[in-house]
Amino acid sequence: MSYYGESIAHSSLLGVGLGILLGVGINLGIVFTCLIFGMLFLWLQQSKVLSTDTLLGVLAHLALSIGVIVISLNKIKIDIHAFLFGDILTVSSNDLWGMYFGVLIAIILMCYNWSSLLLVTIDEDLAKAEGISPLYINLLLTTILTIVVAISLQVIGLLLITAMLIIPAATSRRLVNSPEVMALVATLIGIFSVIFGIFLSVEIDAPSGPSIVVVSAVLFFLSPILATLLKRK
Amino acid sequence: MKPINALITAHNISVFKNERAILKNIDIQVNKKDFISIIGPNGAGKTMLLKCLMGFYKPDVGQIKKKPSLKIGYMPQNINIINTMPINVKSFITLRKKFDIISFKQVILETEISELINKQLSVLSGGEMQRVLLARSLLNNPDLLILDEPAQNLDISGQMSFYKLLQSIYTKRDLSILMVSHDLHLVMVSTKSVLCLSNHVCCSGKPQQIAEDPEFISMFGKDMANMMAVYQHTNNINQNHNNKFLIGEKNN
Repeated sequence: MSYYGESIAHSSLLGVGLGILLGVGINLGIVFTCLIFGMLFLWLQQSKVLSTDTLLGVLAHLALSIGVIVISLNKIKIDIHAFLFGDILTVSSNDLWGMYFGVLIAIILMCYNWSSLLLVTIDEDLAKAEGISPLYINLLLTTILTIVVAISLQVIGLLLITAMLIIPAATSRRLVNSPEVMALVATLIGIFSVIFGIFLSVEIDAPSGPSIVVVSAVLFFLSPILATLLKRK
Repeated sequence: MKPINALITAHNISVFKNERAILKNIDIQVNKKDFISIIGPNGAGKTMLLKCLMGFYKPDVGQIKKKPSLKIGYMPQNINIINTMPINVKSFITLRKKFDIISFKQVILETEISELINKQLSVLSGGEMQRVLLARSLLNNPDLLILDEPAQNLDISGQMSFYKLLQSIYTKRDLSILMVSHDLHLVMVSTKSVLCLSNHVCCSGKPQQIAEDPEFISMFGKDMANMMAVYQHTNNINQNHNNKFLIGEKNN
């Protein structure tokens, strides 16, 4: 399910197009499109006709393609490149407030449901047997991912959002031995990557999204060395 | 058995998938201090029956009644813990559980996991993992322990020590056990009644009765039936024999 986030990210371009077309703004467009996409996926997954990977592969690219078509046919003047790979210069101060709000909601949802999310991650059947509704958890996960996609789309770009979902967590995994610390360290690594990535993009005049991902990947490859140093202490 | 002793009762439940009956007209009642083993071939609906009883799958037909405030402990066959999740045994056992420190210590002692408590879940051996899962299922002092092929992934000595542990927990605690198991020869010694499932209930009753049931013999073969009869018989004569000895005795 790591790629569930990627699929939701792929559907966000359609959200951008629809948001502009209907005049409700990009962010609202993304949130609604991603939520609908996520629920469509969950509904199709219930039927268990297709494997999860197949379903994600079909839906994600279908959503991305429809997004590009909608934007081209209506001659919406946006820089698709900026949405694919991120361009920090497109972020306005209003967007920043939206990001603060989104982050706050995501953190509250995560903290409030932490133990349930953790148990589902460890074993889904065990979670079900202990009374956690899979539907609730899936909706929760969809909502949190949608928020994350909406707030990071302009900075990271939809093709690279998955990298920020996976790389900091994978880096953190090597350094810690509890899930709570893993989440905290992953967040710090993410923040560090964003700051240094943006710094790098300014220095060498590179797009922000790829720069951030490169920094986080460098940290990932350095993490075994860091882990050895931590253990020696 | 008086109805007041019933912990959970399934009445005439059926489950259909793709127009095939996974479970057909099943009646089962678990009473206080029962030890029921569910046996049956692959695809017989054993796990589905457990899911229905635990309430996370709703049967298409029939009713399930639970005693109010019934506490169920569930132990799965295995968990798919992935190496990407760092968590130690203690945090795993206590995750989402309400418990007091006395019962925590008791469970640790009972399941013999005091040395594992600070280890990472991902480094445990098969037998250690089963004891940890058992500990987790016992932590909230359940009235009913449901186990789904708990010793499936263990070698023979691991299976025997696991069932021995289960037997001692059953003797010490005031709980009922409902278990799916393929390990007939090991299970029969401790089990009080057997439910043989093949989408419908083939036969049920005390292990001795089951061993003589024509439907059981046609499903598992004459040898298995004989073996079960021998186990019961020998076990009744001498409670101190362990299973290993019995196997030798039978072959002689």
